[in-house]
Amino acid sequence: MKLNKTLLVLAISIFFLWACSDTEEKDTGLTDGSQNEVSGISDASTSGLNKGSGLYGSEMGGPGMHGVSGGGDYASTLGPEFNDPYSPLSKRTIYFMLDSSEVMPDFIPVIKAHAQYLIANPGQRITLEGNADERGSREYNIALGEQRAKSVASMMKVQGVSESQLDIVSYGEEKPVAFGSDEAAWEQNRRVELVYQPR
Amino acid sequence: MTPVFLSAVVEVVVNFIRRILLIVLFGFYIPISHAALTIEITEGVESAVPVAVVPFASQGTPVNISDVVNADLGRSGYFKMMDEQGMPGSPSTAAEVNFQDWQGLGQNYLVIGQVAEAGGGQYNVQFQLLDVYKGGQLLGYRMTSSAADLRRAAHHISDLIFEKLTGKKGVFSGRIAYITTDNQGNKQQLHQLQVADADGFNPQTVASSVEPLMSPSWSPDGKKIAYVSFERKSSAIYVQTLATGERVRVAEFPGINGAPAWSPDGSRLALTLSKDGSPDIYILNLATRSLTKLTKSFAIDTEPVWSPDGRNIVFTSDRGGNPQLYSVPSQGGQEKRLTFTGDYNAGASFSPDGKSIAMVHGNGNDYRIAVMELGTRTVNVLTGGRSDESPSFAPNGTMILYALKKGRTGYLSAVSLDGRMQQKLVFKSGEVREPAWSP
Repeated sequence: MKLNKTLLVLAISIFFLWACSDTEEKDTGLTDGSQNEVSGISDASTSGLNKGSGLYGSEMGGPGMHGVSGGGDYASTLGPEFNDPYSPLSKRTIYFMLDSSEVMPDFIPVIKAHAQYLIANPGQRITLEGNADERGSREYNIALGEQRAKSVASMMKVQGVSESQLDIVSYGEEKPVAFGSDEAAWEQNRRVELVYQPR
Repeated sequence: MTPVFLSAVVEVVVNFIRRILLIVLFGFYIPISHAALTIEITEGVESAVPVAVVPFASQGTPVNISDVVNADLGRSGYFKMMDEQGMPGSPSTAAEVNFQDWQGLGQNYLVIGQVAEAGGGQYNVQFQLLDVYKGGQLLGYRMTSSAADLRRAAHHISDLIFEKLTGKKGVFSGRIAYITTDNQGNKQQLHQLQVADADGFNPQTVASSVEPLMSPSWSPDGKKIAYVSFERKSSAIYVQTLATGERVRVAEFPGINGAPAWSPDGSRLALTLSKDGSPDIYILNLATRSLTKLTKSFAIDTEPVWSPDGRNIVFTSDRGGNPQLYSVPSQGGQEKRLTFTGDYNAGASFSPDGKSIAMVHGNGNDYRIAVMELGTRTVNVLTGGRSDESPSFAPNGTMILYALKKGRTGYLSAVSLDGRMQQKLVFKSGEVREPAWSP
């Protein structure tokens, strides 16, 4: 302990002497240091940026374009009932209460209708995208969004939908559909979107 | 101890310190030099100490060092900076200073200096911190910097002055990581993970994607960032080396891959996976890629953070009905609940001394940043927003950086531990969130 303290004091004094001195050696040292770093970082930002644009490029041309708006419009090409406002199949968003993943009674007929469609069309896959409102912490909201999607999934499985037809992803509060910091916006964002996948 | 051994030890220590100074001063060279954000102090401290930073004598340097130092010190909230107009002259050497003039103007400390071209694109920077009442020098340094590193040199000067006057390490040379979102039109959004200097200059894009990016976490050596990306439609955790842009996908299991947090020794990541059902905390050994499950509840367990000594992990769980903070030994063991005040406590960040935890504290409709002292379990609410989140302690423990939202715009803000000092970091466009202060 005593030795450490002595060394520390010694080191500090040397540091001061050295930092205030103006020797040739010091200048070279610093210059070398900075030049090394210069090349390191230039590579970094380029390759970092290239990677970024690579991601971006693949998203643009990639297969799952549905995800862009979350809702996707593939379902509307499946048949007239998906566009008929009187058919439960036209409703593809399930809403939730604050900090809850319990399906509200209003949405049970909607989930059942989609489950029946999936049972009748076993080749059809669907992604359940869970979401949360902006309040609270972000990773907790990812977990909450997943619980909501899982509630919908288990209700569908009880109806007889095969697990292999269902995919789950949670975006938490990262993909809001309504912007604003009031209940009107929040209640639209606490949702699970039923996204039909192109066959 | 023999003199030979002593001199060998001294050499090692000197080389170590030299390396640290090199890293501090020239650890990063970033060519662009414009601010992505501006920082305004929205609440200051009345007891701030008056300091005058006299414009340094210089011949057209690319960076105005004294301006940067003046802004750094002012932004800390500890000092009341003197306006240049009121200064009785512009001394650049101690011999030119008439201390009585500055005493008469109520200044406690004076910073003077010079910047001169040294040839070959190098600059000699020299400054002194003077005590106005004692009429003497508190600090004096001379350093050499390339043109591109002058801002770094200025931040380093601010760190030295801050530490001398407050006894606490300066954080002006540090960096912050954060996520931005810009609307691209057609409902397309561009998410970016960026790293900038602590004053918002030199923003660099680390990763960008049209799908969400989340949860940046610095490695303890400040060289890597772990983050979550949805670029492949579902979540995955990446570790990216900042200097080279090289990155490795370390987790892509079915379900949630979230909330990466580096162990203090840099060898492991704590993270959240839901591959077995409900989200649980796991420890991933980065060298061996072995995965250990740490929590096994049927509820949500997420947002792990390591205590600075590496012994414990604090995480968010809703096993008691609503989200609260819990603690578990990082080697596994008994889990215990830490928070009992308020109906929502989540998203913990440890203070560097391990004695307190910052968190998102929800009561009714308001979600604010609070700090809990672990010894006494006292909870202090520091902010007054409605949707404040993502607290991140500064490495010197004096401030907490966090994100707040107003309508569609997300801002970053910093608040002092007593809540008396507030700074708002305003971006020119888009939303900014999830700030993480570099080690």
